[in-house]
Amino acid sequence: MISKSFRLNKGTYTQPNIFGYYGNFGGAFIPEMLHRNVEELRENYINIIYDHSFQEEYKSLLKNYVGRPSPLYFAKRISAHYRSKIYLKREDLNHTGAHKINNAIGQVLLANRLGKRRIIAETGAGQHGVATATVCALMGLECVVFMGVKDIERQAPNVARMRMLGATVVPATSGSQTLKDATNEAIRDWINNPDDTHYVIGSVVGPHPYPDMVARFQSIISEEVRQQLFEQTGSELPNLVVACVGGGSNAAGIFYHFLDEPSVELVAVEAAGLGIRSGKSAATTKLGTTGILHGSKSLVMQTEDGQVVEPHSISAGLDYPGIGPMHAHLFESGRAKFLSATDDEALQSALELTRLEGIIPALESAHALAALNQLQLRDDQVLVLCLSGRGDKDLDTYMKTLK
Amino acid sequence: MGRIGNLFERKKDSILSIYFTAGFPELTSTLPIMKALQKFGADMIELGIPYSDPLADGPVIQASGSKAIANGMTIPKLLDQLRGFRTEIGLPTLMMGYLNPIIQFGFEKFCKAISGLGIDGLIIPDLPLHEFEEYFETLIKKFELDFVFLVTPETPDNRLLKLDGLSSGFLYAVSSSSITGRDKNFDSVENYVKRLKELKLRNPIMVGFGVKDRETFSSAAKYANGAIVGTAFVNQLGKSDNVEEATRVFMQNIR
Ligand SMILES: Cc1ncc(COP(=O)(O)O)c(C=O)c1O
Repeated sequence: MISKSFRLNKGTYTQPNIFGYYGNFGGAFIPEMLHRNVEELRENYINIIYDHSFQEEYKSLLKNYVGRPSPLYFAKRISAHYRSKIYLKREDLNHTGAHKINNAIGQVLLANRLGKRRIIAETGAGQHGVATATVCALMGLECVVFMGVKDIERQAPNVARMRMLGATVVPATSGSQTLKDATNEAIRDWINNPDDTHYVIGSVVGPHPYPDMVARFQSIISEEVRQQLFEQTGSELPNLVVACVGGGSNAAGIFYHFLDEPSVELVAVEAAGLGIRSGKSAATTKLGTTGILHGSKSLVMQTEDGQVVEPHSISAGLDYPGIGPMHAHLFESGRAKFLSATDDEALQSALELTRLEGIIPALESAHALAALNQLQLRDDQVLVLCLSGRGDKDLDTYMKTLK
Repeated sequence: MGRIGNLFERKKDSILSIYFTAGFPELTSTLPIMKALQKFGADMIELGIPYSDPLADGPVIQASGSKAIANGMTIPKLLDQLRGFRTEIGLPTLMMGYLNPIIQFGFEKFCKAISGLGIDGLIIPDLPLHEFEEYFETLIKKFELDFVFLVTPETPDNRLLKLDGLSSGFLYAVSSSSITGRDKNFDSVENYVKRLKELKLRNPIMVGFGVKDRETFSSAAKYANGAIVGTAFVNQLGKSDNVEEATRVFMQNIR
């Protein structure tokens, strides 16, 4: 299915071609009912985002509201344990507790400029939902968040936060009742509300221009890392960068400004669930094949008949049967290495970080930490790991495994 | 000219096209439903290929797809069921499905197979214009299938003309931006279809989404060449254990 135009221009690691392709992945596979809204975004997002006054407002909110730059913390005891120099990019210290707010602020500001008064979002772990509800409260916009019934149960604190923030949380009852179906429901809502609504997608997935737009908003993470690492070590470039991948937005953010630095090894960590071959996994690059999900062509976990399968991960934010097209391209081209961590490995690593550094990580981020056990690290190597979120929302799960 | 072209040649208005999901309510319901539709006076059939994540569909069609998948419906199985159907079914018949299951089967293989069986055309709501022109169009033409694009009241004129130019058989006018199965007010459909007519499109126009009973059918079909019913029929099928009887009752109530 290779088209002429992307034979001519296949896009780069960072940027898709004009049709939204990173190599063989991307595009905008949407029904006509979404065309006007997606096209409106596509035509305007670059101009709006790089408009001076937008940048001013965005950067000011990131600084004064979110608390950016988030610290780059040299984790001494974890470093000693793994015999390497490990720096944690503390996205967990952002207002609302994860990297998701970087994108939510960007997209809601953008929606405001497009004159949209109603904001919808999907959420898995609830972090993106909370971030979006937060920014909507700040801007006085209506907010509707779609969330799988199963996730509503396992991420109760975040559901309460969204409601307190004034958002309507709509349970997604179809299919696997997790993130995939919450995303379907959000897309259907957007089809039904074509005039006043903007859909804030929470990861680097969806039809073009979403993957590129979300990656740009999250790229602030690696922009800061380069500067912070230079201040702390005298070099902007680490040897390795590690992040967990659900849809891939925190990974896209921390990889972004290193993608064109061949000396920097990029490691993406997927959720293996109960094990790759257990039938209860969410490790898309291990189990997926090329397919179309949520409007883009990427790697998708599916049956040979093309039905999307229900993934499993203990972490609601990684419980997704696809990855963004940028990551499918990084995988196919070999630019990034893809590892996976099981539920148990993630739980162990969460406990380890908590006891060694006094930081309770989100279950999603704990998957990135678990990969430290799989890497051959040397003590002269500098590794930056994206601590994408904090673990408050996961305390229930943690308490169950601790006793 | 194919069966679809012939139909619109012969009949200029009040054409009734019926959608149902293959493999629902039972795996083997496909042929009995097609026969019943023919017997009770439908003009055209849209045979839905079930998909786990149908973005443009409401709960009723979604649920019928999930049931069909649980019943074991797959593209190879459906092709099997359709073997020889043209000895009994004369109605123009299109397949409607999302792109993913079809490309997993193999798009060219699929076109070849359905064309060989006597299927007349394809509706794939998430197949984008760009990819259609770059790759898919040639294959669809090669196997002499019609391809029907959807348009909405929000589709701008220049894009409408383009989609009309690439469609053959008819143009699918979605009544107002929505997923399938939503209640609609058809008052604005008149102006919408008038606008389409003024553009002097090359294809006949069928209105769909939200058409569910005699009243909505007659208002949708009044200005266009006809209308398409899906959700309401699937609903009726789900409520009965006799698909022929369900079809009879449904057809009696629609016109
Ligand atoms: C803390 C945290 N990290 C990671 C993710 C996974 O998303 P992504 O892969 O887009 O970063 C989530 C999603 O909810 C999250 O809450």
